[in-house]
Amino acid sequence: MKKITAKIILSLCIILAFASCREDEIIFPSTDKSVAAPRSDGNIEGFYLLNEGNMGMNRASIDVFNYRTGNYTTDIYSERNPTVVKELGDVGNDIKIYGNKVYAVINCSNKVEVIEKWTAKRIKKIDIPNCRYVTFYKDKAYVSSYSGPVAIDPNAEIGFVAEIDTISLEIKRKVTVGYQPEQMVVHNGKLYVANSGGYRVPNYDRTVSVIDLETFKEIKKIDVGINLYSMQIDRRGDIYVSSRGDYYNTPSNLFVIDTKTDEKKMQLDIPVSDTCLVDDLLYFYSVSWSYLTNSNKIIYGILDTKTKQIITDKIITDGTEKQIMIPYGLQVNPETKEIYITDAQNYVVTGYIYCFTPEGKLKWKTTAGNIPAHIAFITKN
Amino acid sequence: MYYRKKILLFVFILFIPFVLHSQVDTDSLRVLKEVILKGKPYQEVIPVQTLSGKLLENLSSHNVADALRYFAGTQIKDYGGLGGLKTVDVRNMGTHHVGVFYDGIQLGNAQNGVTDLGKYSLDDMESLTMYNGQKSEIFQSAKDFAAASTIYLRTKRPVFIGYKKTNLLVRFKTMSINYFDPSFRWEQKLSDKVSMSFSSEYIKSNGEYKFRYKRNNLDGTIAYDTTATRHNSDIEALRVESGLYGKINKGSWDAKLYYYDSDRGAPGAIVENKFSDGFRQYDKNFFTQAFLVKDFTEKYKFQARAKFAYDYTHYVARDTTNILGETVTEGAQSDDSYYQQEYYITAVNMYSILSNWDVSLSTDFQYNRLNATRRGIQTQFSYPQRYTTLISLASTYRIGGFKALGSVIGTNVQEEVRYNAKAPDKTEFTPALFLGYTPFKNYDFNLRAFAKRIFRMPTFNDLYYTMIGSSTLRPEYMNQYDVGFTYNFPQNKGFFDKFSFQLDGYYTNTKDKIIAAPTGNLFRWMMTNIGQVEGKGIESVLNMGTHFGKVNLAANLTYTYSESKDYTKFGGLELSSYGDQIPYTPWHSGSGILNADYETWNFNYSFIYVGKRYNGNVNNIKINEVQPWYTHDLAVQKSFAFHNYKLKGAVELNNVLNQNYEVIYNYPMPGRTVKFIISIEL
Repeated sequence: MKKITAKIILSLCIILAFASCREDEIIFPSTDKSVAAPRSDGNIEGFYLLNEGNMGMNRASIDVFNYRTGNYTTDIYSERNPTVVKELGDVGNDIKIYGNKVYAVINCSNKVEVIEKWTAKRIKKIDIPNCRYVTFYKDKAYVSSYSGPVAIDPNAEIGFVAEIDTISLEIKRKVTVGYQPEQMVVHNGKLYVANSGGYRVPNYDRTVSVIDLETFKEIKKIDVGINLYSMQIDRRGDIYVSSRGDYYNTPSNLFVIDTKTDEKKMQLDIPVSDTCLVDDLLYFYSVSWSYLTNSNKIIYGILDTKTKQIITDKIITDGTEKQIMIPYGLQVNPETKEIYITDAQNYVVTGYIYCFTPEGKLKWKTTAGNIPAHIAFITKN
Repeated sequence: MYYRKKILLFVFILFIPFVLHSQVDTDSLRVLKEVILKGKPYQEVIPVQTLSGKLLENLSSHNVADALRYFAGTQIKDYGGLGGLKTVDVRNMGTHHVGVFYDGIQLGNAQNGVTDLGKYSLDDMESLTMYNGQKSEIFQSAKDFAAASTIYLRTKRPVFIGYKKTNLLVRFKTMSINYFDPSFRWEQKLSDKVSMSFSSEYIKSNGEYKFRYKRNNLDGTIAYDTTATRHNSDIEALRVESGLYGKINKGSWDAKLYYYDSDRGAPGAIVENKFSDGFRQYDKNFFTQAFLVKDFTEKYKFQARAKFAYDYTHYVARDTTNILGETVTEGAQSDDSYYQQEYYITAVNMYSILSNWDVSLSTDFQYNRLNATRRGIQTQFSYPQRYTTLISLASTYRIGGFKALGSVIGTNVQEEVRYNAKAPDKTEFTPALFLGYTPFKNYDFNLRAFAKRIFRMPTFNDLYYTMIGSSTLRPEYMNQYDVGFTYNFPQNKGFFDKFSFQLDGYYTNTKDKIIAAPTGNLFRWMMTNIGQVEGKGIESVLNMGTHFGKVNLAANLTYTYSESKDYTKFGGLELSSYGDQIPYTPWHSGSGILNADYETWNFNYSFIYVGKRYNGNVNNIKINEVQPWYTHDLAVQKSFAFHNYKLKGAVELNNVLNQNYEVIYNYPMPGRTVKFIISIEL
């Protein structure tokens, strides 16, 4: 009897020995991995990659790739800014570099995080609720936001674009645009904003707002198509704006706006999820849910912006595309034309970044953070 | 038309027993004996854990969820705060696979399948019992057979000592954080055979407590150390409950009313630059239920239960902020109300073919409907209705030291919707087999093994939620296997008055797990059946009791080892987390309760340990690690008697070491709190 008791107590003690205790928590450390051969040519030193992080997880993070060393370093923000309580924040949505500053738009932390280009140290945090994307013109940054005046109808708030002085990093003006504005481009002193109306299913917005940057007033709404999202502008002043469709009857699409007339001039009937424009080539991919197969259909392609013709339906040529679960970020190095595609997996787990040669052959692949998405190239001053 | 037929069939099945009854010999009615509602537990067949009596009363837990943490194999998801959601998961099979029964009838939520156990008070609770598999008896409704694990909440029944006809209890609780909780319970003997209870509790708290986030640099210096106050975790709630309990010839009946009304904050994740949010939840839950059991003959027993439930939930998300002097919205807004109705009825027949061979047939019928008003949402709500019929056939057989219990349930589900596509009808048959063996006559040592296959239906949200729901979803299957033993050491021999040890090993396999699959847009997911999870674990429970003179000591210790790995493939590809432990599943967890009783004094110490686990980002890598947490709670209680009054005072110290911990990542829990309780019994 006593023996058995002793045995049980002994085994409980052994079990407790396996069970560990709490430790002091340390800041999130970066990890470094050599993924490519170092290269010394060109003006592009590397890039920052913003991992969005799942909502509520506070796991937006910034990775950096250095062309000079060939090293890919994940999660540098916490190390460079250890005193920032709860790190970078919740749901990164955009990252861009302008001058010597990096602007990271952190959607659910309701802020634009401005960090120094070379050190990634915080310069300032600019509070903008429900912010989405950033673009620049002269000495101003423009940030789109879903936030709007409080209305009785919960989904009737009309979004705005905030104008930020890139020197003082203060919000100067704001202009009301359409419902749930997304990406923007600037041309000829005018800001074009793609309004999605994503909160208003099935009554999506279908307009592009044209803002005069002098007066900061909306001067026109161009009727384009439902649920607008991405925007690119070519050197001839044609804007490529994608529609996400309604996921049921209206498929995703790509439209062209002529900035001379500020009218929609073409509907290209190409399904497009996201785009990247380099020189005259528009790289795109599309992920669409198929109710028939209960899986996603994924398409890649390159459009020649001069002819508006698809020149290839393959960006990846060596079969690697079969490994990519959900392509999410797409960026092309403007100098080397190397292609970067991120795989968001199921948005919940750790994703990957792939680098392809201009011919679409896999160069390297490595683990990024949670929902790797947005890439900004770091160029020499 | 079709349904009328079905209802007729159902009514027919329901009344079969009465028809049968009229055919049997009524002469064999014997002396009136009180039916013990608890039934005889075949503990050797099914692993069971119970908390009741003093141990439950003196445990410094005040809601069902907090008490369930002391069971081996359970994990509570606790979002913190006074009004925060608390759900229970058993053996990591998921909340949806746990059937929670309140006085014998399942608490349902057809909308999302989630039962918030934080809102069920322990004040009026007599016992909490958890079974892996199902309850060890066959004289029960088909629903009792229809979950992978079952938890029974049994409320107190009036007991009158001597000639007393009235019992009255008034209680008041308060805490070191703003908390105001008066309650009372009134029991009345109406006649020799009928008694009544009425109880009510009101809770009000601003829910504000301090939490702390601290991280060090790699060199050990402090990177940041911040303390803030949890907001929007307030609650104002009222619970009213009443019961009637009666005895009849060779049987008993009861009827209950339950009403709960709350207005509470649903605190969100604490993330950078956002330390508070304004999600609100308003609930009104009402149910009424009745129960009747009767032994018609020596061999034939019958019971019936019926329930009607109405649940109203109103969610409001309306955070605002200021930009350039203008008030604007922050984050997505919503203002949705959901109205659920449930009707449930069951008839259970049990017949003893031989003294060692029983058979039972149960028929359940349930109707659910969900209505909604969603401000600003312009898609059509489906307005789903569901008709569920469950029929179970079960039998037990005993020979020598062997016992066997087998059951099979047939489930038929039919749905109707006003808009959108409806889910196809489903018919499923799921079996279970339980075996028990007592090898030694002289030792109370019982071996057991079971295999059970069961499924959960997709919820209304899984099927019909705008843009996400998929009406083509199939049920999610759970196969569970268990082997274990219980050993009760001989009583009154040696040091211990009571000493029992139980150990179980299990394997679970989830097939067609209902999970959200990603699509091209992050805001849009599709519910699919692609999930694949395998779990295994060991659970052990040690229960001891002893005394030194007038001091009674009791202890309950548990330890659980669990593994639960996700083997989901998406489009034929392995996720980067393939084969990793699923989120919030500790490998090691345990609990301990030590209770000492000396005359009018009672001391209680309880301990919970939840080991290292990974957060919602799944991958078992350092950055996703969530620290172990362990809390120590102390309570001391003293009762005084004046004339006919009994006065009790208690002081509790929860989280004695003031650990700043999180159960769910970014949802901080309260630190040390002191609670004071005073109650008067007449």
